[in-house]
Amino acid sequence: MKLQHVGATLVLGGLFFLGGCAKSGDSTATTSTPSAGGSGTKQSVVYIPKNTGNSYFDSVITGFEKAGKEKGFEFTTVAPATADATSQIPFIKQQIQRGVNAIAISPNSPDALKPVLKEAMSKGIKVVSIDADLEKNEDARDAVVFPVDFGSIGSSQIELMSSLIGGKGEIAILSATTDAPNQNAWIRGMKESLKEAKYKDIKLVEVVYGDDEPQKSQRETEALLTKYPNLKGIIAPTSVGLVAAAQALETAQAAKRVQLTGLGLPKQMSRFVENGTVQKFALWDPGKMGYAAGYLVSGLLDNSIKPSVGGSFKAGDLGELKFTDKMTVAAGPPLVFDSKNIKEYNF
Amino acid sequence: MNSSSAPLAPAKVSRGARFSEHPLQREIVALLLLGVAFVVGALLSKQFLDVAYQFDSTSLWIETGFIALTLTFIIVSGQIDLSVASTLALVAGVTGILGTRFGLPFGVACVCGLALGALLGAFNGVLVAYTKLPSLSVTLGTFALYRGLAQVLFGDQSVTGFPDWFVGIDTRHLGPTPIPLPLVLFAVAALGAGFVLHRTILGRWTVSIGLNEAASRYSGIPVQRIQVLLFTMSGLMAAFAGLMMSSRLGVARYDMGMGLELDAITAVVLGGTSIFGGRGTIFGTVIAMFLIGVLRTGMGLANIKVENQLVVIGGLLLFSVVVPNLMARGRSSRI
Repeated sequence: MKLQHVGATLVLGGLFFLGGCAKSGDSTATTSTPSAGGSGTKQSVVYIPKNTGNSYFDSVITGFEKAGKEKGFEFTTVAPATADATSQIPFIKQQIQRGVNAIAISPNSPDALKPVLKEAMSKGIKVVSIDADLEKNEDARDAVVFPVDFGSIGSSQIELMSSLIGGKGEIAILSATTDAPNQNAWIRGMKESLKEAKYKDIKLVEVVYGDDEPQKSQRETEALLTKYPNLKGIIAPTSVGLVAAAQALETAQAAKRVQLTGLGLPKQMSRFVENGTVQKFALWDPGKMGYAAGYLVSGLLDNSIKPSVGGSFKAGDLGELKFTDKMTVAAGPPLVFDSKNIKEYNF
Repeated sequence: MNSSSAPLAPAKVSRGARFSEHPLQREIVALLLLGVAFVVGALLSKQFLDVAYQFDSTSLWIETGFIALTLTFIIVSGQIDLSVASTLALVAGVTGILGTRFGLPFGVACVCGLALGALLGAFNGVLVAYTKLPSLSVTLGTFALYRGLAQVLFGDQSVTGFPDWFVGIDTRHLGPTPIPLPLVLFAVAALGAGFVLHRTILGRWTVSIGLNEAASRYSGIPVQRIQVLLFTMSGLMAAFAGLMMSSRLGVARYDMGMGLELDAITAVVLGGTSIFGGRGTIFGTVIAMFLIGVLRTGMGLANIKVENQLVVIGGLLLFSVVVPNLMARGRSSRI
């Protein structure tokens, strides 16, 4: 008889225990103020990243929280464990039921989330997309915030390269795959930019493709070094390619002769910046994106911001930000990393 | 409800009676846990006790519930089907493409989709029944194969453009009540499944095969045909769940229902079905499905982190499997 007591008590007690510890302490949502819900005067805002445990989104959260403190809204964040297309749906439903005033989301799918986000909007909840848009379903959100104006990546990369090689010499581009839309748009931007008079002494000799595979990217870089003895610079606008190219330069001890820059993650690149293989490279600051989104959401909630193409709003430290086509906001210019600032970024 | 209070009020149980003797012991534990989950959910957040919302949130997991019904049969018969979620995705995508790109009337496309699901299930069944391969390996293979096919066919693109009558099954309700249509369909399906498993010869044969396949064969039960039938039903049900999910989402994608097979197995086992076969009830599976659904809803509303939610669900599953076994072992009875 005793054992069956023990069994039933264990099962029920266990559930109560788990429920209890879930209620107290660290297991509530990750942020400052645990009690969301409509009561009181503070507006409540929730941010739903693609998935948990992603340091890129942790930076977005930090920026968002900062804006929350400055603008005085209650900020929480919840996220699914996996980033598949439908995993965010239960979370959105639950936040609607919690009565939040605004939902900011980095969507895992441009279309699977449409019905549930529309449901949120129909209940008066403001919806802002962050980092990725609900393409072709823009009516399921009020606005979108990107970390940077992706149209300006090409010209800013050329500017960075020009400053590294003193405005003249042969350069090459190491890209990902031949049909990656982002890469091709950026390469087009670079070619456009090279037509400007100030870059007349810079000559683009070749674009090679490493398919975002470390081995192939490294081989392509080595091939560039042998094929063009006068090569002065390589631009790798892909994080995989940039690391691989840095490795190739390091192995060939060619860093003095050839300047390497591109788009990359500070954590992966810090070794090469510290040992001088790479002087400067760029990316965007996800923290600024979260901060801008915080100001945007807050303005949408108190009606001080009414999105209109060509209109703008003030986003704290970031200054005026503009709405462009389809209510798109870019949080700022690309962020350039060098030996001085690279340690400050944790993604 | 003398029986349900038995585990909590042992004084009333006659000396020597075994806890594991009650035929619905594990189902009753699940039912009690469901009650506890409601109390805990209500304590955790004030938005929990909202009838319309509770009904509404069943639509988020009801597709898994349908699959768990046929999976109960499979597991009772001593087998497993890991390919259900992949079948769901492949069928939803193929149906969508047939209806939107090949110009088939969408109703016809749906029928084709259901037929495809049955076929995919029958493929599993034939392999299991006639090659004597373990269903774990066979369906692990088709788990990857069907999902892979879906990815090859649709890539990362969503299949969209469904007709209005098809989209939004979860937004339709039973008359003026807050009961969503999928829940009504689930109730009908559960009653049907319960009837077949517990009141028909097919159900008894299923249990018998799960208890002892060889003995069943020698006593004249058409074991192989029943195995093919069960897997075909499983595929058909997965296909139906796939159509419901694409109706709810308004799109079909290769990565729909990722990991859903594990949720379904969790519900079946939590509901008291023996993973070794030979024992299980539809009632238990349904209760367990609600238990998991209510727990997820409650914890989600309380903004409990997803990793902690997984700990709770996993802990619960362990309790439900380990504790009865320990108790049974305490009396040196069979598992």
